[in-house]
Formats: sequence, structure tokens, C-alpha cells
Amino acid sequence: MSTAEIVSRAQQLFEDLNFTYAREWKAAAPGRKVVGFMPVYVPREMIWAAGALPLGIFGGGDELEVIHGDAYYQSYICRIPRSTIELGVSNRLDFVDGMLFPFVCDVIRNLSGIWKIMFPNVYSKFFDTPQNYQSSIGGNYYVQELHELREGLEKMAGRKITDDDLRRSIADYNENRKAVREVYDFRIEQPWKAPAWEVYLLMRAGMVLPPDEHTKMLRDYVAAARDEDRPIRDNCRIVVTGSFCEQPPLNLVKSIEMAGCYVVDDDYMLVNRWLMTDVPTEGDPLVNLSEAFIKHSVETACKYVDKEEVKGQFLVESVRRSKAEGVIFAAPSFCDPALLDRPMLQHRLTENNIPFIAFKYAENSGQMQPIREQAGTFADSIKLWSEQQ
Amino acid sequence: MSAKETVKEPSMLKQKEMIARNYDAITSAKETGRKVSSTFVPGNLNELVMSFGILNNLPEINAIQNGMRKASGPMIMDAEKRGHSEDVCTYVKADIGMMARGNIAPNGKPMPDPDVLLLSYTGCFTFMKWFELLREEYKCPTLMLHVPYEGDGHMTKNMVDYVVKQLKEVIIPGLEEVSGVKFDIDRLREYMRNSAKAEDDLVWVLETGKLKPSPIDAYFGGVYYIGPMFTAFRGTEDAVEYYKLLRKEIQYRVDNKLGPITPDGEMKDQKYRLVVEGPPNWTHFREFWKMFYDEGAVVVASTYTKVGGTYDQGFRHDETRPLESLAEYCLSCYTNRNLPDRIGMMERYINEYEADGLLTNSIKSCNSFSAGQLLMMREIERRTGKPGAFIETDLVDPRYFSAANVKNRLESYFQMIDQKRKGAKSAA
Ligand code: SF4
Ligand code: SF4
Repeated sequence: MSTAEIVSRAQQLFEDLNFTYAREWKAAAPGRKVVGFMPVYVPREMIWAAGALPLGIFGGGDELEVIHGDAYYQSYICRIPRSTIELGVSNRLDFVDGMLFPFVCDVIRNLSGIWKIMFPNVYSKFFDTPQNYQSSIGGNYYVQELHELREGLEKMAGRKITDDDLRRSIADYNENRKAVREVYDFRIEQPWKAPAWEVYLLMRAGMVLPPDEHTKMLRDYVAAARDEDRPIRDNCRIVVTGSFCEQPPLNLVKSIEMAGCYVVDDDYMLVNRWLMTDVPTEGDPLVNLSEAFIKHSVETACKYVDKEEVKGQFLVESVRRSKAEGVIFAAPSFCDPALLDRPMLQHRLTENNIPFIAFKYAENSGQMQPIREQAGTFADSIKLWSEQQ
Repeated sequence: MSAKETVKEPSMLKQKEMIARNYDAITSAKETGRKVSSTFVPGNLNELVMSFGILNNLPEINAIQNGMRKASGPMIMDAEKRGHSEDVCTYVKADIGMMARGNIAPNGKPMPDPDVLLLSYTGCFTFMKWFELLREEYKCPTLMLHVPYEGDGHMTKNMVDYVVKQLKEVIIPGLEEVSGVKFDIDRLREYMRNSAKAEDDLVWVLETGKLKPSPIDAYFGGVYYIGPMFTAFRGTEDAVEYYKLLRKEIQYRVDNKLGPITPDGEMKDQKYRLVVEGPPNWTHFREFWKMFYDEGAVVVASTYTKVGGTYDQGFRHDETRPLESLAEYCLSCYTNRNLPDRIGMMERYINEYEADGLLTNSIKSCNSFSAGQLLMMREIERRTGKPGAFIETDLVDPRYFSAANVKNRLESYFQMIDQKRKGAKSAA
């Protein structure tokens, strides 16, 4: 298969706001369930181990007409909760058996309560993750939370989740994370062969496909992309950060690249990469998931960083690893985590002489011209700067 | 209104004196050698902080003070100029702007840098980032106490254990190190005993809102009543005294069927009884309040007065199990409760306080309170059959207080209540 064919499949999945794939998956065998989850992170291993498909709900994008959702939110709240409600009230999620709302911010936290009121027959849960990163404190707490989640999912699915189910599921996701890393590594190596919007769609496909199928898609893509000739452009290399929850419209992802920036790292759909190492398949699976979370998860704005000197180093490291020349802060309007975090990250970049720009977007932003201009000027200034070195 | 000059009851004078004394203690900490912590109102561990002899400085309260003195606007703009987004909580920006202007306390003296940031993460995401931002400036020890959210509407053993463990292994050792004082559980118990006494009296006062006429205004007046309880005084003898005084004063009003005291004197005519959700606006506090009492609207219950503890729901600090009790205190603060729970509370207020409806003051930059308020209002309207109204302001950013809009909204709301009553009468 060519990259074009693979990307076209991913795009179809992305554009389908009726989630036909997930519906069909559920209908294909008796007893199958679907559990929706919101950004940023839930342990999908648990859902998959229950014989259920984890379905990432990342808002409605720029194609969904929000008719009812606006009646639930004031104008000064971001877009994703209203488009998610729209998906709910327009019955696009009527096949979803459970919904998980992770620790991200107070908007998603409160949406968990709204869901309980509006959809009382759906298993819905605010899924808390620890902000204390010691195994004996936050780790223990998290193991118990996982137990609770397991019980909740068992009840929803009407079946037990055994340790072996979990181990198998962990193995599937280990493989998936490996494939995700391969795509990102490949893009760092040859960004002209893996345009940002294509990688975006591939990663987004992981929000609806079962892990094994998604893994295959990613590997097929890398294999095909390696063999394809694509022109190398005189682009600069940048990292995009701040887009971990409400997603930018696809056009925005494209615009950044068209303005002269190769995106060599990003934080879109961070759930794919949240755990940075394999989760051991031996031993107690819940302890393993917890330890991976506590010790080997990414730094992002919805996590507390307990040491000042470490704060923001993750981003600096990402710039170094991906050989980027600058950072674009692209955050949803009214996004507390991204916008409160931003000044601290910017200070760290300044200390490290890494240039950056910042803008805000909404998932339904239509006007790309200003962003394209801003990114274009940024790219030019980076090139100019590197020529002078 | 009977008197034009502001009436100051003894409890108000006492509170004023307590606040002044605390600011003096904070601004002279360098000379006296006392340590200063910064912490938040929800999940405020004042008894614990005091048991180490540490002074408690609350940035939210400083922001409120600056808001009320109309000093917060330029501070917020300063912070925005320094790269803080216009979209985020204005308390944070007022605090950062205040810092940039020398951190001057209301007594005119500069505040010392905190010796410790006690990040009691209770009910609000912004807290976490706020103290990461301050830590960057002050480079001082920062102690994070993560209080899980009651997502399913109740606290679990796991949540309590987690908080207790953090208290034992992170917070207490951290405060010992900062203060050089060994943890003394008996001292903590003593303060907690005081807290419970004061809490009894506060609840008694808040519940007089059920009477007709209500002797209190549970929102505008309420912010004064909760002052000592929510800040640096809970657990002190002073707070016990304050609440005794307050109770006596309110008892007097009850006995004489007097309405609440407003800045313009006693409120006589109580035409509308409201429950209010959301924090007040501080930059136009008096003007805002006046819009209510001028129309004969008294607030009989509010959720804002439960932000620093939901004592009226039965919680009391319990000296017999101090750490568990502190954990339960944090877990049960209003904004740490899930939406169905918050709705249930307000529904009960409407019924038990015989209110005419729910008014929501939605705060532009506070997602913790605001996200979901429209649904909450509609749900309460549905359950109680009483009309709701929605106004939008901000806490300390004067740019978002439009007096004309708020007044219009309130007037139409009162008309709506009148019509509802007429309708009910004619149906009867
Ligand atoms: S976009 Fe930001 S503020 Fe909105 S729900 Fe996501 S994390 Fe929260
Ligand atoms: S977001 Fe709301 S609860 Fe949080 S600090 Fe700001 S005003 Fe307080």
C-alpha cells in the first residue's frame, strides 16, 4: 500500500463523526463494548482487556455543526466540551457504553458530572491520576484507582478482567507504542517524507482502531514512506506544543508546514506516547501500569512537576532530540493548562536560546491566513538566524 | 434603609483588627524570624501550618483585597504584558502583577518572600500552575498536597489514605524542615478543637438564612462571615471569639426580626430570597451588592461560602483523628465535589431556605466554578420549578464588570419572579 492509500483510510476514520468503524467493530461480535475517553491520558490497556474498544473523543473538529453544545457553555470556555456534548446529544455516541474523563483540567473534570446527568445509563467516570510521583504514595493510590476502574469496567462489560487479559492487552499497547515511536523517529530523520498532517491523521487513527490494527497501519506507513521519493524543502524544523487536548483543525496542522516549518515533534494525541517505555508484562499488571505512569510518563501541562529545575526540560529535550530549531506554542483559546504553563516553558526555552512563537486556535477556527503568516515569518527568521551562525 | 453611614458591628471591627494584625505579623516576619507560607483557601490547612508556628499568607485573599481597593486592574494588565494569557484566572495575574509591584501588603509594607509554598491542590486546577509560577519566582520549597476530586460524588477510603499519606510523608516533614519545629500532634489537636467550635457557630449563623426575614445576607454579608474561617485564623482563639460575637449579633437580629446590615444600613424590605452560585465580583463589590438590596433581594444561601469547607453539610474538624479529618476537610470542599453533588446542594438550599430561585454569577476566568453552570442552573430550575438567572462578571478584573448589563439582568430576573408568583397565585 502507498502512503496515500494509508493516509486516505486514516482520513476517512478522522472525518467520520458517526464513528462507523467503532459501531461496526462493536456489532461484529456479541458482548463487545466501546468505551470513549477524552484527552489526555487513560490507560487504554484496561479497556482493551475488558474486550472493549477504547475510543478517543477529541471534540468535533471544524466539520461538526454545534447546535446544542453552545447552550451548555459560556463563551469563555474552550470548544471541546461543547462539541463533545453535541456528539452526545446528536446520538453520535449512542453506541458508547462507557465514558472516561481523565484528570486534565476543571472543564473536563466538570464534564464528567454533566455526562452523569445527561446520560445516566452510560458508565461514566472521572478518572483521577496522581500528582504525587512517589511509588509508595501516588503509585499506591493509582493502583487502587486502577482496581476501581477495573471493577467498573467489569460491571459494564459483564465479564471479569483477568491479569492475563491485562498482560495481553499491555503487550498489544507496548507494540503500538513502539510503532508510534518508529513513526516519530522516522519523521525526525526525514521529515519531508512524513508530512505533519499525515502523521497527525495516522496518530488520530489510533483513537478509533484497535491497537494491533493501528500498529500495522503505522508500520505499513513507515515502510511505504521510506521508499517514496518526496521533494526536500528548505523548511526549518519546529516542535509544536500545547495542543494536547482540543485539537487544531487539520488545516492548521497543514498550514504550519506550508508556511515553511517541518514539524518534528508535537503533543497531539499524547495518549499514544504517554508512557515512554514498555510496560512489563510479567508480575502484577496494575502495579506495572502504575509504575510506568509514575516513572516513565511524559511531561505535559496537566501534570505537576515537583522540581523547579526539571520544569520544562522535557520540552527542551524534545527540541534537542528532534534537532528542532524552534518551538510553536499552539494552544486552544481559554485552555487553562496550556496557557498557564506557557510562560514557564517559554522561560526555559529562552534560557536555552531556543526561539519560539505562540498563537491560539479553536477546533473550528477557519481563518488560517494569520497563522500561516506568523509561522512563515518565524520560519524565515530561524533560517536567517541559522545562516548567520 | 435606616442609616447612611456604614454600620460596623463589633464582630466586623474584630475581624478587621485580626486581619491587620496578621498582615503586620507577615510584613515583620524578617525581623521576628517567623516563617511564612503561602497557601489557598480551599483545602487550607491552617491548623497544621500554625502548629509549626508558621504564618499563613493567602494569595487569593491578597487578590481580593486588591480587587476591593480597585488596585487589581493594573496588576492584571502588568501580568498580561509579561506574557500571561488574557484567558486565564485573574487571581493568578493579580498576584503576579502584585509581585512585580513590590508585593505591598494592605498595611503599606512589603511582604516577605514566602518560605514555603503549600500547594494544597483542592478543587481547582489553576492552583497547581499558580504555585509552579510562583515557585519559579521565589525558588522556595513547594509542598504539593494532591487532593483527589470526588468524581463519583463521594470520598473513598483510597482518597483519604492517599491524602493522609501525603500529609505524613510529604507535608509534615516539609513543614518541619522549613520551620525547624518538630511536629506536635497535640498542638494540632488543640487548634482543631478550636476550629470545630467556631465551625458550629458559623453554621448556626449561615442557617439563620432560613428565617423570615433573613437576618443575614449569605453572599455579600457571607463573605465577611466566612473571612476568619477560610483564612489565617481557623483554629485560633481569636476565631472562636469572633464567631461567638457574630452569633450574638445575629441572635439579636433574629430576636428583633431585623434584616441584614448592608453598607447602607439595615435592609428592611425583603421581597426576594435568592440562592447564589459562584464567587462575587470584588472590584465593584458594593455597587453589586447595592443592586440587590435596593430591589429588596436578600441572598439566603450561597455556594461561595462553602468553598473553604462545607461545614453546613456536617463536616467538623475532628481532633480525635486529626490527619484523616484534615483529609476529609480538603476532599469535601465545595469545588472538589462533582456536579451532581453541587446541584443537589443547591436544590436543597432552594427548598430548605424557601428561596425564589437560583442566581448564578458566572466568573469569566474560573473554570472550576463556571464550567457546567448553565446545565446546573437548568437542572435546578427543572427540579424546583423556580426560575434561575445567569450573570457574568469576573473576580478582580474590572474590565469584565458591566454594571448596566448586570443591573438589567437582575431587574428582569426580579420581574420574572414576580410573574411566577402571580401565576402561582392565580393558579391557586
Ligand atoms: S482545551 Fe484545555 S481547557 Fe479545554 S478541556 Fe482541554 S485542557 Fe481543558
Ligand atoms: S480558577 Fe477559580 S477557583 Fe481557581 S484560583 Fe481562580 S478563581 Fe479560584
